[in-house]
Amino acid sequence: MKLIKAVIRPDRLNDVLKALYRVEVKGMTVSRVHGHGAEAETVETYRGTTVKMELTEKIMIDVGVSEPYVEATIDAIVENARTGDVGDGKIFVLPVERVVRIRTGEVDSAAVTPVK
Amino acid sequence: MISAPDTAWVLISTALVLLMTPALAFFYGGLVRSKNALNTMMMSFIAMSVAGVLWPLVGYSLAFGEGNSFIGDFSMVLMNGVDLEANGTIPHMLFFAFQGTFAIITAALVSGAVVGRMAFPAYMAFIGAWLVLVYAPVTHWVWGGGWVDHTLGALDFAGGAVVHVNAGAAALVAAYVLGPRKDYGRQALLPHNVPFVLLGAGLLWFGWFGFNGGSALAADGIAVLAFTNTMLAPAATLLVWAILDLMNTKRVTAVGLATGVVVGLVSITPAAGFVSPVSALVIGALAAVPSYFALEWRARTRLDDSLDVFAAHGLGGIVGAILTGVFAQTSLGSPAAGLVEGNPGQVLSQALSVIAVFAYSGILTVGILKAIGLVLPLRVDDKQERQGLDLANHGEEAYSTGEGALLLLDDEAVGVFDMDPDHDKPSRFVTTSEEAR
Repeated sequence: MKLIKAVIRPDRLNDVLKALYRVEVKGMTVSRVHGHGAEAETVETYRGTTVKMELTEKIMIDVGVSEPYVEATIDAIVENARTGDVGDGKIFVLPVERVVRIRTGEVDSAAVTPVK
Repeated sequence: MISAPDTAWVLISTALVLLMTPALAFFYGGLVRSKNALNTMMMSFIAMSVAGVLWPLVGYSLAFGEGNSFIGDFSMVLMNGVDLEANGTIPHMLFFAFQGTFAIITAALVSGAVVGRMAFPAYMAFIGAWLVLVYAPVTHWVWGGGWVDHTLGALDFAGGAVVHVNAGAAALVAAYVLGPRKDYGRQALLPHNVPFVLLGAGLLWFGWFGFNGGSALAADGIAVLAFTNTMLAPAATLLVWAILDLMNTKRVTAVGLATGVVVGLVSITPAAGFVSPVSALVIGALAAVPSYFALEWRARTRLDDSLDVFAAHGLGGIVGAILTGVFAQTSLGSPAAGLVEGNPGQVLSQALSVIAVFAYSGILTVGILKAIGLVLPLRVDDKQERQGLDLANHGEEAYSTGEGALLLLDDEAVGVFDMDPDHDKPSRFVTTSEEAR
């Protein structure tokens, strides 16, 4: 089991979601986040006050998947979140010690397998 | 002879009509995504400047100067002769100001077709050229002693053809020339603030009492008739719209009703001072149908008239203009009788005036946009469109939290607005990380 954390552009989210559903990955948590990477900061001006926006709005997707789904999930995100410009984001793949499905008490792979 | 009551009412009406442009900014601004909210609202606000300056410079003279039957002349350029002497029962200068607010809102209406992709400098150039080359002559045809009024005898109380058919035609064509937004038809592009849309629709209705009621240019019975009809027609439109919504989706939608308010107001505009209140109810009710189905249909096409200026203003204006020919009553003070008083020819006159305005506005709009396109980029580039036009065109965000904003001191700010090496035009996105790349 792996926890896949992907940070992507907000405007790519819909395409990424569609692609994940296509490969049968349907359980995830999506958050709006702010972050800083290599992307160009934007300069904004509000009546004489000029600021450099160091934080860019991003979307974080957290997906817990069993081993057979890891590559498919990563591919779906990479293919659909990529624009080619700096700031497309990152994917982090983390090992997972234990997963529990709260409703049934199922653990590990059974807990991340979609309910039929 | 100047009448104080008439002057007072038209003064108030002028302020009411000017309020319609910020109202339109809220109506349009709520309908777009949050990343384009400021840009969309700015398109309306900038019309108050571009049209507001061109009107005294040359627009008013071309619209209301004597000239010929097609266009005015340059006799009143820079407000030459626009003084405080009586024009009817109000000062000439007041008539000028009242008409100026119409020019502003008409230019702003067109913006709904080009949101989310048009470059702001090109937009400013466009509405300036459009005001002089399209709005001013069309106004002259209808209200300035031109051929639609004198030869054709078409009726247009407060601007069904001049304002709404005119803007609707320009919008349809502008959407086509610019092409759709990149993600149009692939993603759901939803309104980001529906309460804004309702606020805008409500303020538009309020301002429209000045638009129609003030077009009597007097505080008299015709003003009262136009005022009352402005209250009643949208009420009927809303009811029919709600029923259509119920039949279609089993729910009455807020964005739908806000649109219905506008369609009803548009439809009664050409008829307001010429028809009975019961006729106004009928006009408002009938106008809901074509606009409702045009909206449904348009969203399934590749024509990205993003905020449905054509479906709401173009079609609403066409229906209103033609029904004016049906319901106009000389007994209520209309200069020409309509079908209900046994004059079917009036319907034909109305239809011809609509076709003339639509064709002229459409053709000229293509020409203006193509000409501007030779000098300025009409659209922002794809990257900027993705990022949102608030940042690309204005360097501001509608809903910034301020988190992560570093204050740039004067010496640090030097050069941040310079030319971007990636693009052959000024950019606000030059930073160290891009330079290092």
